[in-house]
Amino acid sequence: MIKAGAEILWECMVREGVDVVFGYPGGANMPIYDAMLSYPVHHVLVRHEQGAAHMADGYARASGKVGVAMATSGPGATNLVTGIATAMLDSSPIVCITGQVHAHLIGGDAFQETDVTGITLPITKHNYLVTRADEIAEVVREAFYIARSGRPGPVLIDICKNAQIEKAEFAYPEKVSLPGYRPPAHAPQAALQKAAEMIAQAERPVILAGHGVKISGAAADVRQFAEKTQAPVASTLLGLGSLPASHPLNLGMMGMHGEAFCNIAIQNADLLLAFGMRFDDRVTGNLRNYAPRARKIHIEIDPSEINKNVSVDVSLAGDLKTVLADLNPLVGERQHAAWLAEIGEWQAESQERDIQSWPDDGKLYVPHVVRDIWQATSGDAILTTDVGQHQMWAAQYYPVELPYRFITSGGSGTMGFGVPSAIGAWFAHPGREVWTIVGDGGFQMTQAELSTAVQEGANIKIAIMNNNFLGMVRQWQEFFFERRYSAVEMRTPDFVKIAEAHGIPARRVDQPDQVAAAIEFARQTPGPALVEFMVEKEEAVYPMVPTGADLDEMIRRPLRQAALPAD
Amino acid sequence: MQHTLIALVENKPGVLNRVASLFRRRNFNIESLNVGQTEDPNISRMTIVVDNEMVEARKVEANLYKLINVIDVQDVTHQPAVTRDLALIKVKASPEERAEVSNLASIFRAKIVDVAADSVIVEITGTEDKIESLLELLKPLGVMEMVRTGQVAMMRGNGLGVRHTPGANGHNRM
Repeated sequence: MIKAGAEILWECMVREGVDVVFGYPGGANMPIYDAMLSYPVHHVLVRHEQGAAHMADGYARASGKVGVAMATSGPGATNLVTGIATAMLDSSPIVCITGQVHAHLIGGDAFQETDVTGITLPITKHNYLVTRADEIAEVVREAFYIARSGRPGPVLIDICKNAQIEKAEFAYPEKVSLPGYRPPAHAPQAALQKAAEMIAQAERPVILAGHGVKISGAAADVRQFAEKTQAPVASTLLGLGSLPASHPLNLGMMGMHGEAFCNIAIQNADLLLAFGMRFDDRVTGNLRNYAPRARKIHIEIDPSEINKNVSVDVSLAGDLKTVLADLNPLVGERQHAAWLAEIGEWQAESQERDIQSWPDDGKLYVPHVVRDIWQATSGDAILTTDVGQHQMWAAQYYPVELPYRFITSGGSGTMGFGVPSAIGAWFAHPGREVWTIVGDGGFQMTQAELSTAVQEGANIKIAIMNNNFLGMVRQWQEFFFERRYSAVEMRTPDFVKIAEAHGIPARRVDQPDQVAAAIEFARQTPGPALVEFMVEKEEAVYPMVPTGADLDEMIRRPLRQAALPAD
Repeated sequence: MQHTLIALVENKPGVLNRVASLFRRRNFNIESLNVGQTEDPNISRMTIVVDNEMVEARKVEANLYKLINVIDVQDVTHQPAVTRDLALIKVKASPEERAEVSNLASIFRAKIVDVAADSVIVEITGTEDKIESLLELLKPLGVMEMVRTGQVAMMRGNGLGVRHTPGANGHNRM
C-alpha cells in the first residue's frame, strides 16, 4: 500500500492506540495536520507547546498509556523542551512529533530550522531524525515501544517536511528489532536468596515505594509483600498511592518535606527495601549519614540507578512486579509489633505538631483548604499540582488510596505543570473528577491553557493558592537567608476576572468559612471552574530537611503554636 | 587504575554524539575513546579508557547500556586481552642526530616513516607504557608534534569475547 509519509505516521499512531494528541501546527508540520483530518484522532490545540508536552505527560500518568505532543520546527519544538525534560526526570512515557525543514535544507540555517534532535538528546530516552518517508513506520513503532517499556520516558521524532509529503510503501512492522535495548526482567536467583535472608533477619524494616511501583503495576504486589512481612511503607513524592493512604502500614511521604515520623523510621531502620525508586537527594538528605544502621536491598529496572547515590547490599535489577513475584515465595511471614509500636509513638508526636491540630485562628491556610478539597471529593479525585509550597501541602494533605490519583512534577520541579497536566489527565478520564492545585506563580506560567480548557470543555477544577509570594523561595529566604526577601513578592492580576474573561465561572475566598461552599460551587459547575484562595502569606511547609542535613534533622513546626489552647 | 571498556554500537548517524553527550552530561571524564568499523558493517566498535579513580567504570558501563544504540558493553580490564595504541611522533633531528633516533626506534620496534631535512616521523605501536617510554627518550631531542589513536583492545582466544548475543550482557551482574 503506497501512502504519503504523513499518512503513514497516522496509520502507525492509530495502531498504537492513539486517539488524542496535543499540539500546535506550523509550517514544517502542515502535511501531518492535513493528513490528520482523515484519521479518528482528536486534536487538542494548545496555546503554547509547553502545554502540549505537559498535557501529554498528564494524560500518560493518568492513563498509563503513551501521551502524544506535536509541534512544528524551530520555536515550536524548542517550546516543548521544558515538558520533555519534565517527562524524562519522572519517567513518563510521551512521544513528541516535531516537523523539521526539508532534508536537503538541514544544516543551512533555513527558516525555523533548529537542531531539535541535538537539543533534546540529553532529555529524551531516545530520539530520531527522519529524512525519508520509508523510515517512518519503523521509527514510530520503535518510539512507542521505547517510550512505554522498561523505564519509560519521552521519545522525540523529528520528521523532515519532505518525508511527510513523499510516498512510500506502507507495511506496519509487527515486531521491533532493537538489539541494544533489553530492559532486565528477572533478577538472579542468588541475589533473591540473599535478599530473602536479610528480610528474615530484619527487625526494623521499611519499604521505600517509588514511582516504579505504579509504572510496573505492582501496587497490589507491594501491599501483599508489606502485609506478609509486616514492613511499613514510606513513599516518595511520585510513589504516593503505591499503598492506600489509609492502610495501617502506610507511613506517608518521606524526604525533605516528608512526615517526620516517616523520616525518623527510615533513619532508625535496620533494613531498607527500595522498590522502584532512585534515592534522589530530596529523599535521602545527607548521604553520608543516610539510614546508617540499615542494610539495603534495591529493586530497580534501571541498573544505572543502583549504587548511584546509595550503596546497597543486594541489587535486584529487574521489573518490580516480576522480581516481587520471584521474591515472594522465598519470604516468610514476619511480625514487627515492637517496631511498629515505636513508629506509632513518633507518629503521635507528629500529629500533635500538625497544623490540622491547630485551633481555628480565622486565617486561611493551604493545608486546611487542601484537606477540605480532599473531604469534598472523598479523596478520590485525580489531583495534579504545580510546583512549590502548595505542591508539598497537597502531597501531605490529599492522601490517596490508589496509584495515578496524585500527579505532580517531582524530579524536574516544573512550574506551570498544574493546569496543562490536569487537562491531559481529564482526557485520560473524562468521567472522573479532576482538580489541580496551583500557586499564584506557577499558574501564571501556563495560564494561557485556560483557553484550551474552555475550547475543549475540559471539566477541570482549578484551585489557586494565592499568597502573593513565590512561597517556597520565600520560605528558603526566611530560613536560610535571614528573611531577606529577594524577588519573591508578586502582584497578581484579578484571577477571578481572568477566569471570567475566558468564560470560566470563578470565585475568590478569603475566609475559612467560605471554603466549603466555594469547593462545592466548583464541583457543581459544569466544565472548568476556578477558585482563588487568598491564603496566609508567610506560612512555611513543615517539616523541612535543610539541604545537606541528615534526614531526621528536620525543622519542625513549633510545638508552642501547635499547643495553643482551643477557645 | 585505568579501565578499558569495549562497546559495540549500531553503525548509525549520531551514535558517537550520543555516547559523547552521555559522558559530558554525567560528568564522566574519559582518558581515550577510539571508534572504528568491525567485521559486521552494521556494528561499530568503541574502546573507551577511563580512570576508575575519576569515574567508576561500572557507572560508565551501566549508563552506556541506557543508550538504545549500544548493543553490548564489556569491561575487559581484568580479562586476558591484547591492547594497542598507535602514535606518530615528529622529532627534531638534524642529519647527525638521525642515527640516534633510528637506534631508539629500533629498540622499541618502532619505524621511521618519514625523513625531512630537520625532522623525522617515528611510528610506534604498542601498549601505552611502551609508547610513553619511547616518548620520554625522544623528548630531549625535541618532540615537535605527536598524534595517538587511543587504545584499542581485543580479548585473547575465543573464550569470553565480546558478546553479540542479545541478553548475554551484564545487566544482572551488578
